[in-house]
Amino acid sequence: MAIFEYAPAPESRDVVDLRSSYGLFVNGEFVEGSGKPFKTVNPATEETLAEVATATSDDVDRAVQAARKAFGVWSALPGSERAKYLFRIARIIQERARELAVLESLDNGKPIRESRDFDLPQVAAHFFYYAGWADKLEYAGFGMKPLGVAGQVIPWNFPLLMLAWKVAPALACGNTVVLKPAETTPLTALLFADICRQAELPPGVVNIVTGAGETGAAVVAHPDVDKVAFTGSTEVGRIIARTVAGTGKKLTLELGGKAANIVFEDAAIDQAVEGIVNGIFFNQGHVCCAGSRLLVQESIQDELLAALKRRVATLRVGDPLDKNTDVGAVNSAEQLAKIRRLSELGESEGAERWSPACELPERGFWFPPTLFTGVAQSHTIAREEVFGPVLSVLTFRTPAEAVEKANNTPYGLSAGVWTEKGSRILWMAERLRAGVVWANTFNKFDPASPFGGYKESGFGREGGLHGLEAYLDV
Amino acid sequence: MSRLSVRKTYKLYIGGAFPRSESGRSYPVTSAKGDFLANASLASRKDARDAVVAARKAFAGWSGATPYNRGQILYRVAEMLEGRRAQFADELGGGKRAALERVDAAIDRLVWYAGWSDKIAALHGAANPVAGPYFNLSTPEPTGVVAIVAPADPLLGLVSVVAPVIVTGNTCVVVASEPAPLPAITLAEVLATSDLPGGVVNILTGRQAELAPWLSAHMDVNGLDLTGVADPDLALSCEQAAAENLKRVARPVEEDWSADPGIGRMTRFLETKTVWHPIGV
Amino acid sequence: MTTSLADVASSDAALRAFLHGLPGVDRVGADQRAAMLGTRSIKTTAKAQAIDLAISMVDLTTLEGADTAGKVRAICAKAVRPGGGAPSVAAVCVYPDLVAVAAEALAGTPIKIASVATAFPSGRSTLDVKVAETERAVADGAHEIDMVIDRGAFLSGRYKKVYDEITAVKAACGDAHLKVILETGELATYDNVRRASWLAMLAGADFIKTSTGKVSPAATPPVTLIMLEAVRDFRSTTGRQVGVKPAGGIRTTKDAIKNLVLVNETAGDDWLTPEWFRLGASSLLNDLLMQREKLATGRYAGPDYFTLD
Repeated sequence: MAIFEYAPAPESRDVVDLRSSYGLFVNGEFVEGSGKPFKTVNPATEETLAEVATATSDDVDRAVQAARKAFGVWSALPGSERAKYLFRIARIIQERARELAVLESLDNGKPIRESRDFDLPQVAAHFFYYAGWADKLEYAGFGMKPLGVAGQVIPWNFPLLMLAWKVAPALACGNTVVLKPAETTPLTALLFADICRQAELPPGVVNIVTGAGETGAAVVAHPDVDKVAFTGSTEVGRIIARTVAGTGKKLTLELGGKAANIVFEDAAIDQAVEGIVNGIFFNQGHVCCAGSRLLVQESIQDELLAALKRRVATLRVGDPLDKNTDVGAVNSAEQLAKIRRLSELGESEGAERWSPACELPERGFWFPPTLFTGVAQSHTIAREEVFGPVLSVLTFRTPAEAVEKANNTPYGLSAGVWTEKGSRILWMAERLRAGVVWANTFNKFDPASPFGGYKESGFGREGGLHGLEAYLDV
Repeated sequence: MSRLSVRKTYKLYIGGAFPRSESGRSYPVTSAKGDFLANASLASRKDARDAVVAARKAFAGWSGATPYNRGQILYRVAEMLEGRRAQFADELGGGKRAALERVDAAIDRLVWYAGWSDKIAALHGAANPVAGPYFNLSTPEPTGVVAIVAPADPLLGLVSVVAPVIVTGNTCVVVASEPAPLPAITLAEVLATSDLPGGVVNILTGRQAELAPWLSAHMDVNGLDLTGVADPDLALSCEQAAAENLKRVARPVEEDWSADPGIGRMTRFLETKTVWHPIGV
Repeated sequence: MTTSLADVASSDAALRAFLHGLPGVDRVGADQRAAMLGTRSIKTTAKAQAIDLAISMVDLTTLEGADTAGKVRAICAKAVRPGGGAPSVAAVCVYPDLVAVAAEALAGTPIKIASVATAFPSGRSTLDVKVAETERAVADGAHEIDMVIDRGAFLSGRYKKVYDEITAVKAACGDAHLKVILETGELATYDNVRRASWLAMLAGADFIKTSTGKVSPAATPPVTLIMLEAVRDFRSTTGRQVGVKPAGGIRTTKDAIKNLVLVNETAGDDWLTPEWFRLGASSLLNDLLMQREKLATGRYAGPDYFTLD
């Protein structure tokens, strides 16, 4: 037993007023779905949180029609008026931040520290950022013509933040949206619908349709959708790209990754260790740009691994609502099965598996922070996206070898470089084929900074000036 | 007594060399009036594959060259083209004056794009004011190997699709205008003598319907410009095939090649790379 | 110490090569790590435990020009019996001329007497004076000497001078423990904090201490974090454990608990005792006592119920 044990410090759930069932948000109203409702559960306990409507293709059609009708009104508003709506939304998000954060952690399983200190501030900031663009589009260089109705399908790893990344720029540019949140994490999107009502956003500007893959497919395939934006797996991204082919719909995709986090022998070791930990264990590793491949220079391999293991052993895994939790629950049984399958493959293919001693709760979906050492480029865990708290450790000898290994993947979303030598950082950054390069830091995001991938990690950028291009008829 | 002219054999342009099609095939090219002009190489899927290999091999060097250097080389291409105005006008056929105008427009377009090499990053990049102690810079980078189905307009159209792709550092494989491929091969001669590294531009002559699907499905091609595809079914199947590795696709478009091109053809095959670094002492 | 580390002190150049070969510290990353640990929520039983642990680690300090024997006797009394059944503090920390007063006041108690020495706080005197001051303080009853390093020498790269002063003062300490004050607020960079920590440890420091309390910033969480990393790494390199003492600016229970969290999640259990971790403070003690009272009674406490000493 440790000398200094932290007592449980649970965030109160009382701030969230959960309803037993939720409908779709279409044309400013909550309506029933025509499909069979589904349950959304708390992944930390497997407790059912609520029943949520399933939108059929008819429901999606109604939502698209509402969005089409609202497009006329919304796109005709002066940019300065659209801006004020978005500012209002941003403010209400700040006002209701605690409620949203708790709900996010309940539905997603992520630690409250992250939903409170990362997700929610970023969500509000994103709306603030794009609110400011709404009346300045003429200076952005992409023209000022919105596309029309945007069909948006988002993942479960950052449910509300991905909504913000999609909805804020779309609305700022004068589009209207039909958004489908992920099946396992619909609740904050539905709470966002309530925020749209509080902000008195014109009906139909934002429509939220819940459901599984079929609902998403209906949104993507709807003939009256002008723009498709998707964040999720490369597998689904491919299907969407095929669906959209030949239609004239504008498409942006933010897909998977298998980022290399490259640590040189002259790195600031303690910060590199933090960066490695943050790179792979942030949000249980459910991060498309996670630093899932650690490339460490052979000369410091032993020292770095010892430091890394010592640090990983201090991670606090458990109740997402405990304010001291560092690693929460895996989002779903399905995802847990995938992480387990790939980890078992890692072992059977010959990599060495290590996890710190940690007690996992009996109920719920849990996976301990895990390192694989002795991983080769040819191992499945070095190539496939695990999307979980599983780090593959590989080594390199020279900068050129590091670049070669880092780029040796069909993905190209992000990369990390750790060295105290400035010219080497820039040399590496120039050669890494990835949309985001974090040098001496990792997993940093900002509404003002464009994010998106090379190669099979998708195309188009979200955030910053570049993020406007996706929602304007350039 | 009239002299019997020495005709040119029109071959492919791959990796800086002029090979015949590995298939040994050719097809007759005729003038607008139907007169026989020459036999062009009828490229095969294997030629397309070789061209992609050459383009990939050239990518590191070309994308790593300084923008100034790339601009100089594109300008050099324009210079070489200028020296062969008459030859190109001749090859384009039709009225001589109109043909010369088309050649001049192609030369001017090259000069226009040449100047963009060291300016596009200033327009398409950004210093991002993030809310934290970070230096945060976004810069455009070339997408990689781009397959281009060139439009029917044999020289101006061709130059207008190739120049914006390569000026930013991409390398390309071009399927030349199917009915009028000869100026493309003559342009290859210009490229070969303009300090342009071999493999940066690779030119195939032959059938769109035969070559485009292979290039669209090729897993080492990063971008696909379908500008010249007239058949909507072919365009659809190409775009669908391109989804397999998420190629950036430019859909077919009717374009007035004499109009101001804008920067869209450059930015379409650019990636944005954002680099973060802490600011501290 | 291993032979290889003994060699590094042979010259300025050798010391520079060694100290500048230590891994760098990225300021932003270190700040963020410290800030994140600052969000730890320590409540109920953990808070009660932390408060008592913090009290037992306090070096109750008075270092004013206006200090008198009376003032020193008062804090000595408080150190023994802080009030409300709280544990006694680790030590009192006074100027050298008042060590004898403290020794008399604390005779028969387990509380240590710490004395600042070596021309505290600037350190701007000659080595013979510093050594003499140290010897006198020890002779008067100091168990611990809090010396300052020559920051001028450090910042100008004369590492050997800093090293030699520490070894000389360490020799003058005899059996007394030596705490080496880095005065991190004057070292300007976190890289320098790490280098100065190692330099002090190489020279024989028993403790490394952040600050005199006379310079701002003093004991910031990231600085304490870096020093904790240094003692952790020094032990794994040499096998010798060195203590850490943040001092200056630690005024509230929250500050104290943040420090304990830093220890807990950086250096670990082995440092979570008054033997290896101290908090240099004066007003902190009353805040700890007030929070202790709040936990015991469920009411917020008022300052009138706690002695001002």
